[in-house]
Amino acid sequence: MHFLVFIKQVPDAAQVRVDYETGTLIREGVPAIINPFDKHAIEAAVRLKDQFGGKVSVVCMGPPMAEDALKEAMSMGVDKAFLLSDRIFAGSDTLATSYALWAAAKQIIKEEGPVDIFFAGKQAIDGDTAQTGPGIATRFNVPLITYVVDVKKLDPEKKTVELVRLVESGQEVIQTTMPCFLTVEEELNTLSYAPLPYLIRAAKTPVKVLNSKNTEIEAEYCGLKNSPTKVRKAFTPPKRERGEMIEGDSVDSIINQLYEKIQPVLKTMGKV
Amino acid sequence: MIKQDISKYKHVWVFIEHENGEVARVSFELLTKARELAKDLGCEVHAFTVGDKVKQFADEVFKYGAKKFFIIEDPFLKDYITEPYRDAIVHMIDKHKPEVVLIGATTLGRDLAGTIATVLQTGLTADTTGLDIDPKTKNLLMTRPTFGGNLMATIFCPDNRPQMSTSRPGVYKAIEEPVKGEVIKEKFEFDKSKYTKQIIEKIIEEGEKVNLGFYDIIVSGGFGMGSKDNMKLVQELADVLGGTWAASRKAVQSGWAPQTRQVGQTGQTVHPKIYIACGISGAIQHQAGMKSSEVIIAINKDPDAPIFEIATYGIVGDVVEVLPKMTQMFKEKLGKA
Repeated sequence: MHFLVFIKQVPDAAQVRVDYETGTLIREGVPAIINPFDKHAIEAAVRLKDQFGGKVSVVCMGPPMAEDALKEAMSMGVDKAFLLSDRIFAGSDTLATSYALWAAAKQIIKEEGPVDIFFAGKQAIDGDTAQTGPGIATRFNVPLITYVVDVKKLDPEKKTVELVRLVESGQEVIQTTMPCFLTVEEELNTLSYAPLPYLIRAAKTPVKVLNSKNTEIEAEYCGLKNSPTKVRKAFTPPKRERGEMIEGDSVDSIINQLYEKIQPVLKTMGKV
Repeated sequence: MIKQDISKYKHVWVFIEHENGEVARVSFELLTKARELAKDLGCEVHAFTVGDKVKQFADEVFKYGAKKFFIIEDPFLKDYITEPYRDAIVHMIDKHKPEVVLIGATTLGRDLAGTIATVLQTGLTADTTGLDIDPKTKNLLMTRPTFGGNLMATIFCPDNRPQMSTSRPGVYKAIEEPVKGEVIKEKFEFDKSKYTKQIIEKIIEEGEKVNLGFYDIIVSGGFGMGSKDNMKLVQELADVLGGTWAASRKAVQSGWAPQTRQVGQTGQTVHPKIYIACGISGAIQHQAGMKSSEVIIAINKDPDAPIFEIATYGIVGDVVEVLPKMTQMFKEKLGKA
């Protein structure tokens, strides 16, 4: 079987801080990591490979430094790593990104054979759009299953897979044919520690670079110019001022002070 | 990029999300917001949906100002499945060419919107918290948080139609403004052999759906509550205050609260009059879902917890000790003793 995972290298959003003076993000010193949801997608693919045989390919679109993410993916058990990197992608929105990744995946299929399950994280922690995965699935015209928390059963003969996904009211058990496209939640699995043989292979195996020259990507669908959505402005939200700490000799004194302070609000709400 | 004649597109469309015969509240919130946009654009608000029996929603939809309600009814669409829903909706959008399409940023809406936009080859802006019309160009300006709410971006889609956006539940208030509307039934012939995905089981976690955006007071418990049992303290305070209770992602992941009550980046966005954060450290992902509450009260053992950076009133203390006393005090003050 062949599993293909789409990953993204992102700045660790939890460490990004705002400079309220300049209204920009402070990215200095913020490490670039594999999008956390994508790591669980890699883990799921590697586990299925361990169980059913085959291989795992992974592709990452980004600048040359994204090679680090691919090396890390290989240390998790990925067999083939592809870096999709070209200046023509600069400024791509989700539609243009899903186009480029789709075209790259077609090239990977040419080289490595047909894919049974495509994987991606449910969203990336920098943009949070959750649109690129569904976009690629749509372009391949394969069933899309989002918010996957469990791979229950895979039948390699019948080419079907049973999955559990989160929905607003609980969960759904889905059965689908392969190939299919899954976007996954963190709850899907617990990440394993990289075993030594994987680490060695990751160090030895080169990452293959894909670009507009060695794939059939058409520039007219890529980059800022060919992205339907554009950023008109970016700004930092107004900072909420730090309020008041209520202190006192006892819990009773503190909560009584609190009551006095919020009583006007409770009054407007008709509570008192 | 595919070039379009954008002048052919008119009216603001709102997707009516439904499950088990009930419309999701976010659809009414979006109809309300759509009325504002339609006024600025000089056009009408239309609602649309697909499903097995959806005509029954017409009265509700007209109550919130939709002049037309486009539907496709087919028993094949009884349950939400991405692909047939997508194909039926794309058919309607292709035929009627709305200028703007708004969808709730729920799990269903986010699953659906990305695939529709890809087929239509148009722009989609996810998870918006602000929608405005540019007075000069009449483009839709869609504002959304990124980087866990640390940065806001205003996005527009100048050359493609429809301009699509998913919007977070709880951002706009649903306000009625009844009109006399018209139901327009469309048809779509499904090639059923094309769809190879099916739901084989549904696991409902909680009977009632919780729309946190509905409440003026929310008492929310985090990992600092220490146990599932202690979450009762949060519920008791919420009851006395006539509000509802919620939880942080960590508390939900620990199994102390259902996902339907989660506040934050991956849960619901709320802006009640009073938000009481109990044992919640206040990571930016949580703040993204509650930062715009009018009054934030934070109770936490750790005086350096980030939640205090945004709290209107902070109390350093053990929630397990403070909460029962607070509940008792409010019982007396609010005359519920």
